[in-house]
Formats: sequence, structure tokens, C-alpha cells
Amino acid sequence: MTSAALDAHELAPQAAPAAQGAGPRRGAHPVLRRFATRVISGIVVLWAAATLAFWTLQLVPGSVVDILAGDLSDPVLRDALIAEWQLNLSAWDQYVAFLGRLATGDLGTSYVQRQPVLAVIGDQIGPTVILALTAGVLGVVGAVLLSTFSIGRKRAVRASLSTIELVFVSTPVFWSGILLLLVFSFGLGLFPVAGANGVQSLVLPAVALALPTAGLLSQVLREAMERTMLEPFIVTVRARGVREALVVWRHALVHALLPGMTVAGSLVGGLLGGAVITEQVFGRPGLGSVTLLAVTNKDVPVVLGVVLLAAAVYVVVSTALDILYTAVDPRLRGAR
Amino acid sequence: MNAAAPLVEVEDLTVAFAAGSGRKAPSVPVLRGVSFSVRAGETLAIVGESGSGKSVTARTLLGLTGPRSTVTAARLEIAGEDATAFGERDWRRVRGGRIGMVLQDALVSLDPLRTIGNEIGEVLVTHRVVPAGRTRERAIELLESVGMPGADRRVDQYPHQLSGGLRQRALIASAIAAGPDLIIADEPTTALDVTVQAQVLDTLAARVAEGAGLLLISHDLSVVSGIADRVIVMRDGVVVEAGATAEVLTNPRDAYTRRLLSAVPSASSRGYRLGDASGSAEPRERTALPPRAVQRERIVLQADGLSKSFAIGRGHSTVAVSDVSFELAAGETLGVIGESGSGKSTLASLVLGFLEPDEGVVEVLGAPWAPLAERARRPRRGHVQLISQDPLSSFDPRWTVDRVIAESTLRLELTAAEARERAVRLLDRVGLDESVLARHPRSLSGGQRQRVAIARALAPEPEILVCDEPTSALDVSVQAQVLDLLADIQAERGLSLVFVSHDLGVIHHVADRVIVLKDARVVETGDADDVLLRPQHDYTRALVAALPQEVRA
Amino acid sequence: MTTTLERPPATDAASSASVSARRARTARRARPPRPAVVVALVFVAFLVALVALPGVFAAYDPYATDIGSSLRAPSAEHWFGTDRLGRDIWSRIVFGARFSVLIGLAAAAISVVVGTVVGIAAGLSGAFLIGRSGRVLDEGLTRSMDVISAFPAILLAMLVVTFTGPGVWNIALAIGIAGIPLYARVVRAQTFVVTRADYVAHAAVYGRSRWAVLREHVLPNALVAVPVLAAIDIGTSILAVSGLSFLGLGPQAPVPEWGVMLAESRDVLRVAWWAGVFPGLFITGSVIAFTTIGRWLQTRDDGSRS
Repeated sequence: MTSAALDAHELAPQAAPAAQGAGPRRGAHPVLRRFATRVISGIVVLWAAATLAFWTLQLVPGSVVDILAGDLSDPVLRDALIAEWQLNLSAWDQYVAFLGRLATGDLGTSYVQRQPVLAVIGDQIGPTVILALTAGVLGVVGAVLLSTFSIGRKRAVRASLSTIELVFVSTPVFWSGILLLLVFSFGLGLFPVAGANGVQSLVLPAVALALPTAGLLSQVLREAMERTMLEPFIVTVRARGVREALVVWRHALVHALLPGMTVAGSLVGGLLGGAVITEQVFGRPGLGSVTLLAVTNKDVPVVLGVVLLAAAVYVVVSTALDILYTAVDPRLRGAR
Repeated sequence: MNAAAPLVEVEDLTVAFAAGSGRKAPSVPVLRGVSFSVRAGETLAIVGESGSGKSVTARTLLGLTGPRSTVTAARLEIAGEDATAFGERDWRRVRGGRIGMVLQDALVSLDPLRTIGNEIGEVLVTHRVVPAGRTRERAIELLESVGMPGADRRVDQYPHQLSGGLRQRALIASAIAAGPDLIIADEPTTALDVTVQAQVLDTLAARVAEGAGLLLISHDLSVVSGIADRVIVMRDGVVVEAGATAEVLTNPRDAYTRRLLSAVPSASSRGYRLGDASGSAEPRERTALPPRAVQRERIVLQADGLSKSFAIGRGHSTVAVSDVSFELAAGETLGVIGESGSGKSTLASLVLGFLEPDEGVVEVLGAPWAPLAERARRPRRGHVQLISQDPLSSFDPRWTVDRVIAESTLRLELTAAEARERAVRLLDRVGLDESVLARHPRSLSGGQRQRVAIARALAPEPEILVCDEPTSALDVSVQAQVLDLLADIQAERGLSLVFVSHDLGVIHHVADRVIVLKDARVVETGDADDVLLRPQHDYTRALVAALPQEVRA
Repeated sequence: MTTTLERPPATDAASSASVSARRARTARRARPPRPAVVVALVFVAFLVALVALPGVFAAYDPYATDIGSSLRAPSAEHWFGTDRLGRDIWSRIVFGARFSVLIGLAAAAISVVVGTVVGIAAGLSGAFLIGRSGRVLDEGLTRSMDVISAFPAILLAMLVVTFTGPGVWNIALAIGIAGIPLYARVVRAQTFVVTRADYVAHAAVYGRSRWAVLREHVLPNALVAVPVLAAIDIGTSILAVSGLSFLGLGPQAPVPEWGVMLAESRDVLRVAWWAGVFPGLFITGSVIAFTTIGRWLQTRDDGSRS
């Protein structure tokens, strides 16, 4: 809401009117330069995240050995473990090795399962991705429909749609999941209670996960469209004899895409986090159970791997959105 | 079509809006008993100040008054059809098809996210003027018909990539794309430089010559006098005067029209009051302003060789002010004329010490002023004060008027009682009541806010007042009062003014001497009469010539 | 000799008519709030009462098990029914309020305080106080915020808990940290806008010192959005806290935290719908209430500034 609007202000500052005409531009193409800047800053963010995570772990001394050795306190075993896991190197050497491994895509080895983290995650990531994507698409479609429907309606209609948005955003995913289970699985028996077999078992979790996304995105889109409808150029558009529906879809919605895309970046993170919870509610296999298990077992590399993966996804999505921004708003394409 | 039949015939039009919210909101009439007509090949101008209802009139002709409006008329005929019976579909036929509308400032009146071609194409598609494949071609043709150079390139550009004048012409092209008989232009040349205004008006006039009708809504009487055949003057939703342009402007019958015309500053109003303090309808007799003594030997403000550049992007810089020098004598008003981009705002910032000059010096009352460390300048800040174009943005949005006025004299550490007494005195001097002190500036009108700004500026008893477009955002009658007030105060206190404006009429009315800025340089300086009546430099000549004939009341 | 009559009016056709109405609205700032807002305020007051004096509202000891009465439907004795261990759900909800609400408050407080300080530092260093080194500081702070916002709050919390073990204050810290970028960005943007505002420039004309301008103009205006965001953020934090507790990362059973209660209800849903419905109702209700209050603060702000 406010934050989204102000984020948009920050990301898309009032562009000074570019010089008239299309004279030859000196230097690299501004869009390419922007892309390169974003990619670089994305890498910096990932590096900083990984560094932060690594050094936080170092602050808790001895814990790694404890995890690896479990309850066994046999010194010989511990020494062997230390050697095997290179824990006898200095912290800085370990950090460099850690970065080196990351650069090649190696997320380390699980303490508990003694397998590469990538393998551990890779096994289970499929269902989570499917769930998050489906919920994302549902959420976006729902948001667009909800917000465009409410433009120009009577106050009562707008107020009730606004309330629906508020409820969607405020309902925790684990509760809506439980309610859906109660009504549709236990009550009506329409959908399976648990598992990840086919489309049927995807419906309820995807719907539950999609609701907060739909609610938040709808709020942002609606407020942006309402603001746009008050702009002077809308009067010009109406004065051309354009149908009201087209005024909303062709003009207002496009303008609302800008703050919408700003919010979309954070929504991706929310979908991933929400997927973890939803999987627990519906008993679906996926990253959720893997990560929770790892947390309980203090299997740091796995948790770290998942977190870094999520961060990587966010950075990629943000960079893509930033590029798209310039595609939607031509005023940003000029020199910065 | 019968050439004699009017394109639009309006008789006794009344438009009311539901004020506030809810179903039982009272209905406030905004237009009452308005009648006029426009024929093919003629230009009718509607002239009025804010709240006169002129824009609402235009919107009514397109059915764009909104859902909370009630429109009643004895006759409302558009292209011979009865518009009071129109449904939404009929209105959509009229919009763009029979009547095209041009609004002011194409930067915000065109969708900034779409190309010019797409915007024009939208009209073509909506009214099925050409088959879908040919819209781009037709758009280029239309752009060429409004005199857009390089139309085949421009058609794919976005509004922000064009200059103000070209943008406005693109907007006109989109308004006429479906070949409407009537064009409504609502303030089409505001936000444009004077030299560009002429081009836009010529474009409109060309369409009239080809047989279209033009309903021109403007607050700019000189624009109106140059292009309109007939004029109606509106005030508070009512037509107070109507007739041929020449007649109305030289021989107005209505008292309001007369007051309006006499409130316009120009060379002939120099030395006389513009406004009417009593508010009564006294016609031509002008009261003289109090005499002002200019002491040429005492120079209060001196600028020598000021230059300032700004870096933009990497390696590029733009020169805002280049080698500008001037002198301000005690009691004198120096007019600074310049269009947008001339450097006048930067010059004002340099004089006020907001920016430090790259080269050159400023001296105030004989002592160095810029470049100077703020710590050294701070004790002398009271000598130079500022009145800017938008007073509201110069007030802290959370403060009430008393705190706003007190801020300029906080250094003096007055007691609460002293500060209040001073504020009341100042408010009284600028014609505001003591009760204003507790109010928020947002609840005041534009003229009242500017008076508060003047009171605040006078509080530290300055010698020099920098006025940066102080009346550009005000209605002409309010501007008249503010200019008169400034003249009174200046005569009383012997103030010296630096008056920055793009409006030559205002400058000619207030200034003793002027400097003309173009592209960061001073191109001409001298006495106001000399420069404005007998301009030497080409640019000044072009500025003066771009204005249609002077309006004499 | 341009002869101008006026500054052209706003393009909204009804502006002239509703100007007077709008002025009247602005003047009447003490307008009574909408019924929804009143309900929200009442609910929050009720929550505060639950947190402060749970004993007054609860009928049973929230930890007392009574296997004989397990999984009873809502009745006169047990308003919200009982759970698997026979504990009265209503009483557990009453005592659980302190966990969700207080942890949520703590998390929001961390976000607000740290985020605001970072936002002001970034916004000021960009222009006002320092200069070129200021821009470096601004960049650094902004990038740090980017790093934090790259992590979904839930996953960030899971990472923290992996190191520290589950617990109340650990998740409060995690959620608090995850919420910092929101305030930092908003306050930074506002600070930017305010430091470039006309009234700040004018203060120089009156000879005001930089500190005075900071104190009287910049800070009050830059922080205007904070109470609004904070109110809404308390709601979001309660959501996050209960979510993490649902996963078992927060307070552990048998603590009657609402998220924990929902996790416990999952297995008995088929036979005891009440165990899953009522705790969630309170979570959702709390979030809606705080969000509504935040929105109401915002409309009051907007109204007084329009």
C-alpha cells in the first residue's frame, strides 16, 4: 500500500524530460548499462548474503563438530570429523573455500545425510516449485480480475471488494489451508487430504497459497488504477469516445503495472516461504519438509542452501522486473 | 450539412454537482442559465477566472461531467441532435467523432506510456476511420497536417521525448483524427513559452480556416483577442457578457468585465492600481499608486559575472547561468525576464545564497554575500527575503500560519507575546484578519497564502525582496491585489525588488529597469520602457512580437 | 503583454463544486471514525485486556489436561470446545494472546526502530549532511537492505533458529530483522522528498541552522508514515509469529500460542473442527484489526494533508 507506492517512487524517480530529438548517444546503451548494473548488484547481494550466513555460523563455536558427532564425545571420532570437514583450517580459509564452492554451484554437504546439499534439495524441489508457480499464477490472475472489476463501481461494491482483499491478506496460509481442508476434503470429500499426486491434490494448497498474493497484489493494483483514473490524460482518452472498460484495461491497468511489479518481487519471497508452511498443512512433500527436518537436526548446510537458493531466485526475479520496468515505462529509458 | 446551422447550440444550460458524499448530498449548481452557440468556421472564446465554470461548460458538451452531475437545458443540440436525450453510446459517438477536445499540457494529457502513434491510432480505431493496418500511415499524415517536422520518426516517439510545442500539436492531431466539426481547446497554450504559443494557435486557426468550429477556453486575454471572433465572459457559473471580441475587449458593458480588463497589468497600467479595494464596479478611473523614490546612488545589490553549471550524468554539464551581472539601486524594482530554461530560477537561487556561484560575486549592501560560508552570511540573512511562486510548498505542511510567520524572525528570540503582536501587525498590513493565525495554510485561498508569504518575508524588515514569479499561479484579479499590495509596501518601506517573471505585462507594470535572460546569458538590459517598447536584441523583439496586440481597458 | 486571468483549474470536472465540501472535511478533523474502525479499536482493546488479565477471561487452566473430556464440541461449559488433551480451547486462546501479540509487538518494534534509523541515515547522507562520502553511506545502507529483503522472512527465521534453537525471542528477532527494509525504504524515500522540499530551502532564507531544520522540518515530516506502517506491521508480525510457531520453530507445546494450537489441531481436524477454526479466527481477527487501524491513521493523515 503506502510502501508499494513509495517503493515505486524510489525505483522510478521522476525522469527529467529527455532532450528532444534522437541525436546520437554517447557511451553504452543506457538499458544495457542498467542491466549490467543490476546484475552486478545482484551478485553483490548474493555474496553478501552468503558471507553473512557463513560468519554468523562461525560465531557459534564448536557447534559444527557437535552436530556432526551427534551424542558421541569420542575425541578420536571428533578429530577425524574435523579433518574430514576441514574444520581445522582457519576461519578465513574455510570462508574462501566456501565461496569457491559456491561459485561452482556446490552448496556444500549435508551434515546429517552426508550427501551434497544440491542433491538433497534437488530431490524435493519439484513439488515446491509447482506449488509456488501455480499459486503465483492464480494469485496474479485473481488480483487482476478483482482489481479491474472494482474500478468505477458503486461505493458499496468497492467497499466489499476492499474488505475481501483485506481478509485475504490477513488470513494466515495455514489457517485458510485448514479451513479449505475442513470444507472441501473432510466435509465435501472433493479433494485429497494429503500427498502430491496429480492435479487434484494441488488444487487446495495452491488456492490457499494464492489468497494472500491475490489480496495484496489486488490492493496495490486497485489503488494504482484509482490514482491513474484521476490523471488528466484519462479525460483525453474518454474524450476520444473510448469505452470505459477499455479506458481501464488499456490505460489504467498498464500504469498500475509499475507499482504492481515492484510488489511482485517481494511476493515471490512470500510465495516460497508460504509454500513451506502450506506443505506442512497439506502433508505435501517438498522443500518445506526437507528444510524443517534440517532445522531440527541443525543441518546447517542444507538450511543455508535453501536460503541462498531463495535469495538467488529473488535476485533473479528483481533484476528481471527491473528490466521490465524500463520496457513498460519509456521515461526510464533515457540517460539516468 | 447546412452551413448555417450551428455545430453546437446551448440555451439556458444548468449543471449541478452533488457536493460531498452519500446519497443525500446537496446539489450545488456550477453553471446557471448559460447560452451560446458555435458555427462552422468561427471561433468562440470562453473567458473567466477559476470557478467561473468555463471548463465545466466544455465537459458538458462531451457528456464528461461525471456521474454526480445533473445537466438540464432548454436546448442542448450537438450537430443538430438533442443531447439531453443522449445515452452513453451516443456520447461516445460525439466524443472524438463530432467534437474533438484538446487539453492543456500534453505531457500530462497524453498517456506517457504510449507512443504518439498509438494515441492517435486509438482515435482512428475507435471511430473506424481507417482499416486497422493503415493506422500508422494515417497518423503520420495527421501529424504532418499539424505541421510536425519529421512526422514519420515522431510517430513512434513518446510524449516526453518531444518539446512542449510539438507535444501540443500531437495532442491536436489526436483530437482531430476522426475529423470532428468542432474542436474544443481548454487552455491549449498554458505551460508553453510565448514563442511556442503562437505556433500552436496557428495550427488551431488553420483548422478553423478549413471550416472547423473552435471553442477556445482560456484565461489568457491576449490569446483570445488574437484568434477569437466572439467572446463570452463567465463568472461564478453565469455568462456576464457576450459579443464580438473587439467590442467586448474595448467597450465592455458589464462591470465585472471592466474590472477584469483593468486588472490586467501592462505598460499602460504602470503607476496605477490594478485592483479595486472596495470591490465595487468603478470603471475606467485609475487610482495612482503611491510614488516611489529610487536612489540611484545607493546600490543595495550587486552581481558581477555570475556563472553556474550543473553536472548531469557522466561527463556532461549544462550551463545554467553565464556571466550575468546587474545592479539594484535602493527603492528600485529590477525585472528579470526569461522563458523556461533561461536561467532565471538559478539566478534567483544564486542571489539568495541557495547555490554558490562557480564564478562571480554577489554583494549585498556593500558587503560580500556570495560565495561565502553560510556561517558568515547567516547573521545578515534578514536583509534579503524571498517570495516564491507556490507559497503552499514553502510552508511546512504541519504548521499553522502563526508558526509559519514566526519562522523568519526566530533568530531575534522574541517572547511569545512579542511574536504574536508582530504577526498580527503584519497580517493586518497585508490585509488578513488575526483569526488567520490559527488556521492551516491549506485551508486558505491562493491569494491569502501569498499574503501570508509576504507577511513572513516582511517580518525581518529586509531591504531587498526577491520575487520569483509571485503571481504566476494566481487569478488576474487576485494578482492585481497582490501587485498593488507589493507596490504599497515597497513605497512605504523603500524596499528594493528583484522581480522575476516570464509575463511581460507584469514586468512592464512593476519594473523600473529590466534584464532579459536567454540561454543563461543577459541579452539586453535597460529601462523597462526602452527594452520593452523599443527592443534592440532579436530575442527581445521576438518575445514582444509574439504577443498579440496590447489589451487596453 | 500576456494578459492572464488565472492559473487553469484542476481537470476534475467537479472540483469547483466539491472544493467547499473538501475544505469543510479538512476543517473537521475530529470526525468520528467508520464503524469498522470502531470495531477494530474495540477488538484491540479486548486483546490488550486478554494479554494483561487473562485470568479474568479464562475459565480453565490452559495447561490442565483432562483426557476424559477430550475433543468435546463447543458447549456451555467449553465455549470453544476442548482439544485432544481435554484442555479448554477458549482458555488456551485467552492465555495464548500474550504470546502472539507480545512477540508480534517486539518484532515490529525492532523493525520500526532499526529501520527508521537506517532510513533517516540513508536519506540524509545522500544529500543533506555529508556530501560525496554520504552517497557511499547511502549506497551501503541501501544494499544492506537489499540483502535482507532477498530472504523471505520465514526462511530467514528458519536460518536463525537453526543456529539458536527454537524459542520466543529468537523468532521475534528474526521477524524483526526481516521487517527492517520496509521502514528503511519508506523513511529514506520520504527523507529524500522532504530535504528537497521548498520549505526546507526557505528555512535557509531565514538563517536557520542545519540542526534546527533537521529537528523542526525534516524529521517530523519524514516520519509521518511510520505510525501507519507500524500499526499495519504489528498485524503482519503476528501473522509471521504464528506461522513460525505453527512450524514448531517458536514457543513449543504445551504453550497455548495460537499457531502451535493450529499445528496441534491438524491431526484431529476430521473429528474436531473447532480446534482448527477458533485459534485461526483470532489470528486473522487480530491482523485485520491492526491493519484497519493503520489504514484509518493513514486516511486521517491524508485528509489532513490534502
